[in-house]
Amino acid sequence: MNPPQSPVTVADRVVASLYRRAESIAAKVIAPRSPAQDLTPVIDRLLTSRLTGFPIMLLTLGAVLWVTVVGANYPSQVLGRLLFDLQGWLSGAMTAAGAPAWLHGVLVSGVYRTLAWVVSVMLPPMAIFFPCFTLLEDLGYLPRVAFNLDAAFKWAGACGKQSLTMSMGFGCNAAGVIACRIIDSPRERLIAILTNNFVICNGRFPTLIALSTVFVSQVVQTTIGAGAAAALVVVGIVLTGIVMTFGVSWLLSRTLLRGVPSFYTLELPPFRWPQVGRVLIRSVIDRTVFVLLRAVAVAAPAGALVWVLGNTVIEGHSVIAHLAGWLGPLGRLMGLDGFVLVAFILGLPANEIVLPILVMSYLGSGMMVEMDSLESLGILLAAHGWSWATALSYMLFSLLHWPCATTLLTVWKETRSSRWTFAAAAIPTAVAVIVCTFVAGLVRLTGNA
Amino acid sequence: MARTNEAERKGIGPLALLAPGEAGLVVGLSAGGLVRRRLLDLGFVPGTVLRAVRRSPLGDPTAYSVRGAVIALRAADANNILVRRAPESTGATAAAPDD
Repeated sequence: MNPPQSPVTVADRVVASLYRRAESIAAKVIAPRSPAQDLTPVIDRLLTSRLTGFPIMLLTLGAVLWVTVVGANYPSQVLGRLLFDLQGWLSGAMTAAGAPAWLHGVLVSGVYRTLAWVVSVMLPPMAIFFPCFTLLEDLGYLPRVAFNLDAAFKWAGACGKQSLTMSMGFGCNAAGVIACRIIDSPRERLIAILTNNFVICNGRFPTLIALSTVFVSQVVQTTIGAGAAAALVVVGIVLTGIVMTFGVSWLLSRTLLRGVPSFYTLELPPFRWPQVGRVLIRSVIDRTVFVLLRAVAVAAPAGALVWVLGNTVIEGHSVIAHLAGWLGPLGRLMGLDGFVLVAFILGLPANEIVLPILVMSYLGSGMMVEMDSLESLGILLAAHGWSWATALSYMLFSLLHWPCATTLLTVWKETRSSRWTFAAAAIPTAVAVIVCTFVAGLVRLTGNA
Repeated sequence: MARTNEAERKGIGPLALLAPGEAGLVVGLSAGGLVRRRLLDLGFVPGTVLRAVRRSPLGDPTAYSVRGAVIALRAADANNILVRRAPESTGATAAAPDD
């Protein structure tokens, strides 16, 4: 009966009898869903067909980003105005209490101003993006994305579950790295860990959204048009990161982590209507508040440090200006400047604070410019020689550069290897330097900007 | 995907030969070790009726309906499962293939 190459072993018979028993119990107690009520096959046909599968994926990503960009704009302005009004009041109170200038500087210009920036720029996009993402998660859409993209992972020599760990990385790369535990093969888990950083995390999204909004709005005028164009730019950056993930995974499975993809299975669960109320609460409390608190906890000391570095003057220049001077040539090679690189280095604890640090160091000491809107950010950056090409280089560097300290620490905890932790920092950094230098060279060659 | 004539005659072949919409009966597993264990855990037990549901837009993997769950397997992995194509499946159930 059975062909010789497929012997049915004793273990098989044991499992088969267990299943028979389970089946007979299930038949007694479970009422099957009538096929007419179950929309899953219909939806699945739409989400995974050759014709509509990929367009729907792109549209979904674009729509979520567009809603985030447009929806975050107004609350961001209101929050910014409120928090900076409070700064004036705080300033006045401290002066009235006779606080020394340095204390006022560290606490108000350093700590408070950075915090206000982080909260007003980050909170609104997070409060919109996370619930949208959690809704998709709850609906059961993510396994379909993994199903659609699997052949690309196979090509790269990686595990198909990597698309799930990447999705997690959209929220937080450290969480994405922990999620790599679902991948059984050590080789494929390492690939997923080392490339997770190429997925833009939530700490970098607001910066991307802010910069693309500022620089796209210089070209496109109407609100809806500019919002859509900015979302398109962000989608482009996200896709660049995904392409990079495949490329680097492919390279790794042919060099450092040689091997072929191993066995794995992917379940496509039935669609469920998400419990909207619970999703909102869960994403706001579990994700938004958690990420924001972490950002705030990191931003406060960083703000103080940056203020001190920016106001400690050695031989006529601040420490930040000295550092920026040294890093200037490397920065300009990549279409950036020294201050940007200093901000990325000082922002190692968390990506959320890189742009605030840059704003602080551009503003320098003493100058009390109110940074309460995206327009004023645009004016400040333009005053420091930024063009759309600088913004593009910045976004690419932000996408590709080394992971934040939390993620690196997580990589070390997961791999227990300083070698792989070093690789997790060195590989993205090398990619960032190469890509940004290439793009900046291209911009120079074509004579733009 | 093209079916070989030989498999057609015997009606037995690796799972990956089932086109979307076709059903089959599991007759055996050719994998050993952990892979065999995992397939048994998921319900790919000899004697089980399963159905190829849909293929990924990029051609691989394929989703199979087995014991009420839908599980996607890459072609290379699905070949660890040997099935006999259910004769009736070429008629009624094959009427709704994907795309």
